[in-house]
Parts: sequence; C-alpha cells; structure tokens
Amino acid sequence: MSPDATGVDAVIDVVTAVFLVVGALMSLGAAVGLLRFPDLMSRMHAATKPQVLGLFLMLAAIGLQMRTWWVWPVLVVAWIFQLLTAPVSAHMVGRSAYRTKHGHREMLTKDELEAVVQRAAAGQEPANDR
Amino acid sequence: MKEFVLVATAVILSLAAAGAIVRIAIGPSLLDRVLASDVLLAILGAALAVDMAMNRHLNNLMLLVALAVIGFIGSVTVARFVAERREQNNES
Repeated sequence: MSPDATGVDAVIDVVTAVFLVVGALMSLGAAVGLLRFPDLMSRMHAATKPQVLGLFLMLAAIGLQMRTWWVWPVLVVAWIFQLLTAPVSAHMVGRSAYRTKHGHREMLTKDELEAVVQRAAAGQEPANDR
Repeated sequence: MKEFVLVATAVILSLAAAGAIVRIAIGPSLLDRVLASDVLLAILGAALAVDMAMNRHLNNLMLLVALAVIGFIGSVTVARFVAERREQNNES
C-alpha cells in the first residue's frame, strides 16, 4: 500500500483497506461468538466465519495489492481447499459432539439424527457411517 | 491510511485471539477447545495475510495454502479420539 497513491491505485488501496478491516472483524465476530454462545453447536456456527469469508477477504486483499496475474490461481487454490476441508472438520466435530451428549438437546427445533442413533444402538443396522 | 489499517487490524486480531485463547482456557469440553484452536489458527492466517498485503510480499503464501490443505486434520483426529474413548467407557 503506497502512501501517496492517486487514481486507480488510490481506489485499489481503499478497497484493500476495507477488505482487510472487514476480514479482521470476521475473526473478532468469531471470538465473540465463541465466548457468548451457549453450546458447542452454536459456537461451531460462529467459528466458520473467519475460516471461509475472512480468509476470502484477506486473500482478495493480497491479490489486489500484488497486481500480478499469477498470484490469483494460488489464492484461489488456498480458498478452494479451505472450502473443501472446513466442512469435513465441522462434520466430525459436530458428529462426535452429538454422540458424546454435548450441547443442549432441548434447544434443537428438529432432531433428525435421533432415530438413526437409536436404531444403530439397538443393533438393527450396522453403524456404517463411521 | 497504511498506518490506520495496520493498527486497526492489529487491535482487532489481538482481541479476537484473546477471546479464542480464553475459550481454550475455560472451554468446558475438549471439543470446545479444539474448535477455539481452529479459530486461533484462522486468526493467525489472517495476520499473515495482512502482513503480506500491506508489505507486498508473498513469503508466507505457501504457508497459507498448506494451512488450508492440512489444517483440518487435527480437529478430525481429536473428534474421532473423543468418540472412541467415550464409547469404550460405555462398554466397560
């Protein structure tokens, strides 16, 4: 970011600054959500914001500041892999949170996993989702 | 404006990291701590990205890509470990 930019450079600098500050605010929002939400499931909701949208804004800021075309494929690869791997860890954490009786069941409006877990526990079908 | 952006992002990211560390410290369960450490990792990546964007270098870009590719393995491993141990306790 150059101090005395004019024209297009100034616009790009302003956009970069907005991206960086908003991306940092995503991290702050995740921290506030981690501290204030009541159980693990709702904290997982808040924790995904800096991982996906925050990372996107930061990588876009890098791409805007570098102004070379070959940076963009690398940034896209980083974001795509984050998009692919964040649901995997969220699935595993949420699944084991459900199985180990974390969280408040009474706060759920609909519990579609309950019947499946009951059937697997009764041995009527093998628990093949592990 | 460069100084303002640097100071603003430094303050915001420091507050966010402090919140995540507090959740790691007081988290009632292991899964809360794993989730908070994931957030702490994302905040670290954001700080690296701010440094790269403001100083116009790409020294840490490969580190960001590697974090995106393999950063989920830790929480997956811990989640499986928690499920396994709890199940064995129920059986015994």
